[in-house]
Amino acid sequence: MNQSNTNCNNCPAHNVNNLKKLGVNMDGYNYLVALAGNPNTGKSTIFNNLTGLRQHTGNWPGKTVTRAEGGFEFNNSKYKLVDLPGTYSLLSTSTDEEVARNFILFGQPDVTVIVVDSTKLERNLNLVLQILEITDRAVLSLNLTDEGRRNGINIDERELSKQLGIPVIPTSARNREGMEQLLNYIDQVSRKKYICKPYQVKGYNKKIKKSIDELTDRITKLFPDLPNSRWVAIRLLEGDQTIIDAVKSGEIGKIYNISVDQLSDAI
Amino acid sequence: MIPIKENIEFEKNELIANADLHRWDIGENLHDSIVESIFSDAKKITHKVVTSNEKEQKTNWEISLDKIVTSRWLGFPIMFILLATVFWLTIEGANVPSAMIASLLIDAFHPILKSFSASLNIPFFIDGLFIDGAYLAMAWVISVMLPPMAIFFPLFTLLEDFGYLPRVAFNMDRLFQKAGAHGKQALTMSMGFGCNAAGVIAARVIDSPRERLIAIITNNFSLCNGRWPTQILIASIFIGSLVPPYLAGFASAGAVVGVAVLGIVLTLILSWTLSKTILKGEASAFSLELPPYRPPRILQTLYTSLIDRTIFVLWRAIVFAIPAGMVIWLVGNIDIGKLSIGEHFINFSDPFALFIGLNGVILLAYIIAIPANEIVIPTILMLTVMSAGLNDLGEGAGVMFELESVKETGDILIADGWTVLTGINLMLFSLIHNPCSTTIYTIYKETGSIKWTVFSSIFPVILGLVVCFLVAQFWFLFS
Repeated sequence: MNQSNTNCNNCPAHNVNNLKKLGVNMDGYNYLVALAGNPNTGKSTIFNNLTGLRQHTGNWPGKTVTRAEGGFEFNNSKYKLVDLPGTYSLLSTSTDEEVARNFILFGQPDVTVIVVDSTKLERNLNLVLQILEITDRAVLSLNLTDEGRRNGINIDERELSKQLGIPVIPTSARNREGMEQLLNYIDQVSRKKYICKPYQVKGYNKKIKKSIDELTDRITKLFPDLPNSRWVAIRLLEGDQTIIDAVKSGEIGKIYNISVDQLSDAI
Repeated sequence: MIPIKENIEFEKNELIANADLHRWDIGENLHDSIVESIFSDAKKITHKVVTSNEKEQKTNWEISLDKIVTSRWLGFPIMFILLATVFWLTIEGANVPSAMIASLLIDAFHPILKSFSASLNIPFFIDGLFIDGAYLAMAWVISVMLPPMAIFFPLFTLLEDFGYLPRVAFNMDRLFQKAGAHGKQALTMSMGFGCNAAGVIAARVIDSPRERLIAIITNNFSLCNGRWPTQILIASIFIGSLVPPYLAGFASAGAVVGVAVLGIVLTLILSWTLSKTILKGEASAFSLELPPYRPPRILQTLYTSLIDRTIFVLWRAIVFAIPAGMVIWLVGNIDIGKLSIGEHFINFSDPFALFIGLNGVILLAYIIAIPANEIVIPTILMLTVMSAGLNDLGEGAGVMFELESVKETGDILIADGWTVLTGINLMLFSLIHNPCSTTIYTIYKETGSIKWTVFSSIFPVILGLVVCFLVAQFWFLFS
């Protein structure tokens, strides 16, 4: 009894004391974490829980209008956390979607925490699948589980994690439930102890698939370090001007190198 | 092997050309096909992992509640009743704590400061400027603003947390859309009922710069917290007296709600005018999701709304009120010839002011009270007493004070020649005049444009003077 108690106390997953909220202090951070998700799923509440800041939260979509940033320390690593505006997709060209998309793409966060509303999983997954095309390091926070329970919704989070290839953590940010586990997985994915195998959208028809594969090959040859060459291929195929420009200027290739440098600096 | 630069450039162009080729090959439906694939995959995964006990995602009571609060017939009445209740609670609940703070800071602490400075032989003008001017202004703003804001903001935040705000926006959306403005302006307008500066900041939720500017410019017509006391006091004195005593309460409350509704109507008219003239453009569509109702977290709401909203707004008001208090004391005490500067201005502007149904005291009070609408009424009383030579009633020239009862206040005003017209026009001018300096500063910070800041500040004053002029002419014609 006593023994197991001590073990639990030592285990980082169950020790919230390892969390040090740093507020706006983001000096010399080791890892960059982005918070993304549909509007009104509780991103700002998670942000406040982890940083100790009091970003205004409210029950209406579109409340976070500017990017909020804060810091926290967990297991002796410093994290910078960025709260992105909520979006329904990353495919359109509205400003809020571009802010979110460009940050995940060009900001190259070490982990993207995708916050979803567990009462509306299907619609939220549309965004999750789009984010997983861009980044290969993500953690899913299955939030608002208290509401899900109230509505009689049951989600098999192990199966979901298997399907998506990323950690899935049931949370209820309002009640501060699941925060330790979330932190633990943020930590593991940042340190590359947990290797994500993100789901890739299937259902394309043969012709499109062939084009995507061919372009992906070319891109991989040109920018061997790029983690999301398949996504870049799809964007080029669609004629996305931002991405075409980024390829022309070589920015697409550079961003990854910069973040590798930052990483080695940190270590 | 490191590829040479020209080679990379060639490869890049080759890649883009290749992408173009494929795009032509695939045809137009690529985007749709991508979206479809994502949707169908999301559906497949969901079916694998979700088991639901109930078919309905939203619970039944939520659907019925939504039907009621957004219904065509009940939506607006419910909205007005809810807002009226919030304001009623604010006004009623703030009375006692306001009086307590006032008696502590003004009745008890002010004389102590005075006798302390007297014992140190501090010169009259320094003592007056700082203790009767700056200190009293600060004490007055705290006692008048803190209690109502400490009640209003938590109540409003509770409604927000519960999920009512998106429903308000849903109801108002059609009206704002017709006015060529953004439906979310309904949200910023509601915030403005608490504080215009907060409403202006809230306009960040609007993406389109054109519609955001409209929301910022028109926010001034949401009757803010600081103006409710003026409305209620003047309505009780002048409107309540028009009807038999048993109806007085209803009549004056009705008049106040009427002014607030007029503010909403003006917001819509001005938004429409702006979007048809200098800020032309189409109203942008937006999807507004009605989120589920969530039980508000009472303690956390109290804490955050007190710290982030109440204290924040109060601090800015204090910063602006202290110099204003000094100015009030100075205009009441610096004499040119036999009269003080204040009296000179009042005598000079009276003919014009009376012509538009106001008076010189009101105009001077609105100039001095630019920092905060809360100090309008005490400034008016102080200036009235000073100019009418009723010095035995007040605490001396240039000292702000608050009279105990509504009746005493009314007696002083009527003795100075106020009529029902003065009352009505003061209520109108209180709605339609320049924003307070806190809001003006916020507009500048949010728009970054001197032009729009000046426009938002000057235009309402001109409109207010025109409205007062018209009302006065009708009044003179029919009485």
